[in-house]
Amino acid sequence: MAVAASLANSAAVAERKPARFALARRTILTPVLLSLLLLAIALITVMTGSRPFNQTVIDVFVRVILVVGLYIFIGNSGVLSFGHIGFTCLGAYAAAWLTINPMMKRGSLPGLPEWLLATRLPYWQSAVLAALFAALAALIFGRVLMRLSGIAASIATFAMLAMINTIYSNWESVTGATSSVVGIPIVRVIWPYLIGAVVAIFIAWAHAISRSGLALRAARDEPTAAAASGVDIPRERLVAFVVSGAVMGLGGALMAHSIGVVTPDTFYLGLTFITLSMLVVGGMGSLSGGVVGVLLLSALIQALRWLEAGVSLGESTFALPKGVQEIALGVIMIVILALRPSGLMGNRELTLPRSSRNK
Amino acid sequence: MLQILFDALSLGSLYALGALGIALIFGVMRLVNFAHGDVIAFCVFALLWPSTDAMAIVFAGQLPWYLLVPFVLLCGAGLSVLCEIVVFRRFRQANPATMMIASFALGFVIRYFLLMLFSSRPKSISLLPELSQPVEILGARLPLLQLITIVATMVILIGLTLFLRQTRFGLEMRAAAENFSMARMLGVRANRVIMGAFALSGALAAAIALIFGAQTGTLDIQMGASIMLMAFIATVIGGLGSLGGAVLAGFLLGAASVIMQVMLPIDARPFRDAFVYGAVILVLLFRPQGLIAARGTKERV
Repeated sequence: MAVAASLANSAAVAERKPARFALARRTILTPVLLSLLLLAIALITVMTGSRPFNQTVIDVFVRVILVVGLYIFIGNSGVLSFGHIGFTCLGAYAAAWLTINPMMKRGSLPGLPEWLLATRLPYWQSAVLAALFAALAALIFGRVLMRLSGIAASIATFAMLAMINTIYSNWESVTGATSSVVGIPIVRVIWPYLIGAVVAIFIAWAHAISRSGLALRAARDEPTAAAASGVDIPRERLVAFVVSGAVMGLGGALMAHSIGVVTPDTFYLGLTFITLSMLVVGGMGSLSGGVVGVLLLSALIQALRWLEAGVSLGESTFALPKGVQEIALGVIMIVILALRPSGLMGNRELTLPRSSRNK
Repeated sequence: MLQILFDALSLGSLYALGALGIALIFGVMRLVNFAHGDVIAFCVFALLWPSTDAMAIVFAGQLPWYLLVPFVLLCGAGLSVLCEIVVFRRFRQANPATMMIASFALGFVIRYFLLMLFSSRPKSISLLPELSQPVEILGARLPLLQLITIVATMVILIGLTLFLRQTRFGLEMRAAAENFSMARMLGVRANRVIMGAFALSGALAAAIALIFGAQTGTLDIQMGASIMLMAFIATVIGGLGSLGGAVLAGFLLGAASVIMQVMLPIDARPFRDAFVYGAVILVLLFRPQGLIAARGTKERV
C-alpha cells in the first residue's frame, strides 16, 4: 500500500521534476553500495592473483547479473518466472554466433545466414547485441504471456523455457543441437564481468524508481487498487519483462565468454533453480536481497566444495564424502527459509543506517 | 490406430497420476511440491540395496508382486509424510514462492542423498519381467504392461474417487481443499488432513515409480524430473487444486504428445515438445484459471 500511495503522490506532482530526483537521491545509495561491495571483491581477487579464485569470482559476477535480471521482473511484479533462463540461453547463443571465428562457424554451424557467418565482433559488442536480441524475444513472448497472472503466468513462462530448450537442443545446423558449441573467445579478465554486474544493478535500480517500476510494485502489492488508479498491469509487466530479458541476455553472453562453451542444457532447469533460490533466499522483493543471496550461496557452495576436496587439520586430512555438498546446501537453504520466510533481506534494501528511515 | 490410443492412454496415465499427487497437496496447503519427482525416484531406488557399483543389487525388487507393491507404496507414503513433518510443517504460513523453493531444496537433498548411496550411473533392473510379453487385442499387439498401466490407473482413480466421496476422511480433505480456514473452524483437524494428503500423494508417486520402472527397465536419479514437469503443467492446465481437472489434463497432455508424434511431419518431430508446450501456453491464454477451475482458489478482494 505504501508503494501505491507513493505512486499516487508521484502522479500528483508529475509536472514538478524535483519529486523524481528526490526519489532517485533517496535511493541511489543502494546501487552504489552494492557496486562498491562488488568492486571490493574484484580488487581482493586481483590482489590475490590466484587463477581458480579469479574464475570463481567471475562466475559469481555472472550470477549476480542473472539474479538481478530475475529480480527486475519477479521482485517488482511478484510473478514467479521460471522462464528467464531461456533468455540467458538466447543471449549466450547469440554471443556464440557473433564471436566465433568465421572459419569454425562454417564447419560447425552451417545453417546460419550468410551475413552472420561472415561477422566476427569483439565480445563487448556481441554482448550488447545479445542483450538486445534477448529483449526482442522477451517482447514477443511477453506480448502473449503478460496477459496471464499468478501461477498460470509462472507455468506459461516455464513452457516458454521448455520450448526454447527443445528448439535449441534439436536445431542441428544453427545451434549444434545438444553437442557443445566451442570456440567462443574466453575472457579471463575480471573487469568486464564487474562492469556487467554494476550495469545490471543500475538498470534494476533505474527501473525500480521509474514510473513504470513504481506502478508495477503498486500492482504487486494491491492489484485491485492499482488497476483502479489507472495502472495498466499487463503493460507495466511487459516493460519489466523486456528490461529483465535484456539483462538476462547480457548475463548469458558474458557467461558464454567466461566458460567458452555453450550447450542448451547449461541453460535449463539446474541454472533456473539455482538462480531462483539465490533470489528467494536473499529476499525476492529487494535488489540488495538478490545480490546478497548470490554472494552468500556462492560462498557457501565454494566453502563446501573446498571441504569436499579435503582440508588438512594438523596431521589428518578431513574431507566430506561426495554429495554432502549438495545435501548441506539444500538443508541450509531450508533452514534459512524456515527462519526467514521472506528471505534474508525481506523487502528492505541495503543503505546507510541513517537513511533507512526514509525507505 | 488402436496402438496410438493405447500409447496415449498409458502415457496419459502416468501424467495423470503425477498431476493428482501434486494437486492433492496443492489443494490442502497451496504448496507446489517440486520434491514430488524426487519422491518418485526414491521409491524406485527403494527396490535396490545401496551400492555404488554399476551392477544393481536387487533387494526388495525380488519380492513377489503382492509384497512388492505394498512395500513400494509404503515407502512413498512414508517418505512423503516424513517430508511434511520435518520440512513443510514449518512453512504453513509462508508465501507460495518460499514454499516452492523450499520444496525444491528438499528435492535436491533427496536426489543427492540417492546419488551418494547409488552413484549417478543409470542402473538396469528387470522389474516384473512377466509383464513385458505382448498380448493381442482386436488385431493390435500391445505389451501387457501397457494394459496393466491403464487398468491400474483406472482402479486407482476409481478407488480415490470413492475414498474422497464416501469416507469421512475424504470429505474432510475435500472440505480442506475448498476452504482451509473454514474447514478448520468446522472441526477438521489440519495436521491429520495434511498428513493424509501427503501420504496419498507419496503412494501415488510410488505407483508411478513402479509403472515407470517396469516400463523402462532402467533406474535413473533424474527419472522423476521429466514426468514431474508434465504433471506439474497438467495440474495447472487442469485448474490448480481441482483433482478432476488434473486427471483430465494429464490424459490430454499424454494424448497431445502421442498424437503430435504421429501427425507431425518427420522434420518437425524432434521439436514435438516445443509444440506441446506451445499448446500449453495457448490453453492458458484462453483459460488462465484452468480447464476445471477449482472453487476457493479465486482470490477475494
